[in-house]
Amino acid sequence: MLRIALVGQPNSGKSTLFNAIAGYRAVASNFPGTTVELLRGKALVGGKAAEVVDLPGTYSLRAGDPAEEVARDYLLSGEVDVVVDVVDASLLGRSLELTLELCELGLPMVVCLNMMDEARRKGIRIDPEKLEEILGVPVVETVAVRGLGLKDLLAAIPRARVPVPPRYSADVERHLDELSRRIADAITGGVPARYLAVLVLSGDPLPPGVELPVAEAEVERARREILRDRGEEPALVIASERHALALRIFEEVARVTHAERSLRDRVDSLLMHRILGYPILFLALLGLFFGVFKIGSILEGYLLPPLEAITGWVEGAIPGPIGLVLSGALQGLWAGIGIVLPYLLPFLFFLALLEDVGYLPRIGFLLDGLMHRLGLHGKSVIPFLLGYGCSVPAVLATRILEDERDRLVTGALAVMVPCAARTVVIFGLVGRYVGPWIAFSLYLLNIIVIGVAGRLLRRYLPGMGPGLIMEIPPYRLPAPRTVLLKVWLRLRGFITVAWPTLIAASAFFSLLEVLGWTGVLNTLLLPITWPLGLPAAVGVPLVFGILRKELSLIMLGQALGTVDFGTALSGAAMVVFTVFVIFYVPCLATVAALWRELGRRRTLLVVAGTVGVAMTVGLVVRFLSWLF
Amino acid sequence: MFFNSIVGLDTIPPGRKARVVRIEGGRGLIGRLARLGIVPGAEVEVISRAPVGGPVLIEVDGARVALGRGVARKVVVTPLA
Repeated sequence: MLRIALVGQPNSGKSTLFNAIAGYRAVASNFPGTTVELLRGKALVGGKAAEVVDLPGTYSLRAGDPAEEVARDYLLSGEVDVVVDVVDASLLGRSLELTLELCELGLPMVVCLNMMDEARRKGIRIDPEKLEEILGVPVVETVAVRGLGLKDLLAAIPRARVPVPPRYSADVERHLDELSRRIADAITGGVPARYLAVLVLSGDPLPPGVELPVAEAEVERARREILRDRGEEPALVIASERHALALRIFEEVARVTHAERSLRDRVDSLLMHRILGYPILFLALLGLFFGVFKIGSILEGYLLPPLEAITGWVEGAIPGPIGLVLSGALQGLWAGIGIVLPYLLPFLFFLALLEDVGYLPRIGFLLDGLMHRLGLHGKSVIPFLLGYGCSVPAVLATRILEDERDRLVTGALAVMVPCAARTVVIFGLVGRYVGPWIAFSLYLLNIIVIGVAGRLLRRYLPGMGPGLIMEIPPYRLPAPRTVLLKVWLRLRGFITVAWPTLIAASAFFSLLEVLGWTGVLNTLLLPITWPLGLPAAVGVPLVFGILRKELSLIMLGQALGTVDFGTALSGAAMVVFTVFVIFYVPCLATVAALWRELGRRRTLLVVAGTVGVAMTVGLVVRFLSWLF
Repeated sequence: MFFNSIVGLDTIPPGRKARVVRIEGGRGLIGRLARLGIVPGAEVEVISRAPVGGPVLIEVDGARVALGRGVARKVVVTPLA
């Protein structure tokens, strides 16, 4: 089967393109580095099925960045038949650098000029035929978000050709010629000798399975000569020349006319304003929380009472243990419709809007100074903000950070950000029974606690990543289809995994109760519940909360025998319970993600740390509540 | 500011352009900046600066990039008229 690899710079619309031609699977966002692993899908090319592989977005194929090495090694693995280079046409000059690197791989290629509409808006007119002539490969224009040009792209794939590799200045070429002549005799594993010569000259590591095909001394001599003649590292010489070459090609194929100063520029200078940017950010987040709360509580008010009535009827109709277990399962089912969805749906929708508009990196820009106080920098803001949706993508997103220590600290702190599931607990318990302002202040408390934890971590994990280097993508009008798709993909995760868990756990809990075993668990958890001033019955809900955070709320209803929490718990107890739920052990899925990203030891440390934080903050809140 | 003088990118005021002379940093930093087109010889424009030691927003090759103040200091440039 024909195998097609999509390669492109971050945020060039690769994921959108992948979704459009290979079925919906990738989550596209308007910030760099969304795709972190290889995604595979199927498409019809020339009447035959082909496999399409979406590679992580890469600025280049140079060594030193894990995602870029993954991409490069995959391209050189011999599995790829055709490379589709997805280019953000509005950033053609810079994107051509990656294109030139790809030209060195010796693989049949098609260039896809995506986001042509944006290029036009920026006043960039591109001559695709000219580019085709220079690179020697088919060039196709597309607007993937609107589905334009996709047929042309698929039609061009069978016409893919091996491009002309870029030529550097005479002295570099002389060294490359000499090295690649030697390499030609050695085994290269299908990798073009010229490309290997570029790699060894730059001092980049070779792809796995390929051994240094020339004598080390010879490489060193060439590197030294370039360093002597140019006064720069060979890697830098080659990068600079490629940059210059890319700009020269850009000038040849593109004409930049008037770039209209659009409404977007004016909006941007306001949102990123050195002073006004901050109150606007605060208002935007405040609006988000209150919007979600308002919509959620209205929906819940309509949905929950009739569902509760059905449960009551079932319990009355089928007496005995079977009826109890059944009503437990029903409560799990209703909890999904009546408690979780009303808050989850609007929340995911607003978050997807913020993501696709491109506001997240701007928040990173605004908060870089603040993050420095935590020993982090602005890029860490993105995992934190994603954490408000779900901790799992937040943990995965720590990969956009270059420094290992930054990834650890960000991951450890990001799992304490209340995800949508915890938001359900905050809104459904505190928001509804204690008041929306108290609910909102829990978010502020959460930020303060994360700040303190960050300061502490900084003391024990000193050092600091190299600082913020982050592309700020242009604002994009979110395409309704992409937003809805993203909401659906994340919602599907809830419906297919979390909801069945809710139902099963809820039924299981009823069974435990029928068997009289809940008391044992509750007693085991007394060391936690008693100091916090919580009824012993909340012990079991806390255990279930580790599976899914929503469960702690749903189980709470079961444990207390009512969903009208106001009658069973004091306001202070509800706040303390919620605070504990926010911080203690991230849910199982998150622990699994942490395990994969940070390893076992660090994951266990993070888990233990969160229990400590939850206990401490819970106690503080309990004692504070005595003051009021 | 003298024409031809050599300064850190963090000192360039918003609205001014500069040409990159060199990057004072290790291989890692040089590589990460090069990926975004920030290489010796590249022309950059400073768009804005966040307050109190916050990042610098620049435009390079038509794309906008935020650089932490510490990173910007290591990008040595010569201001353009």
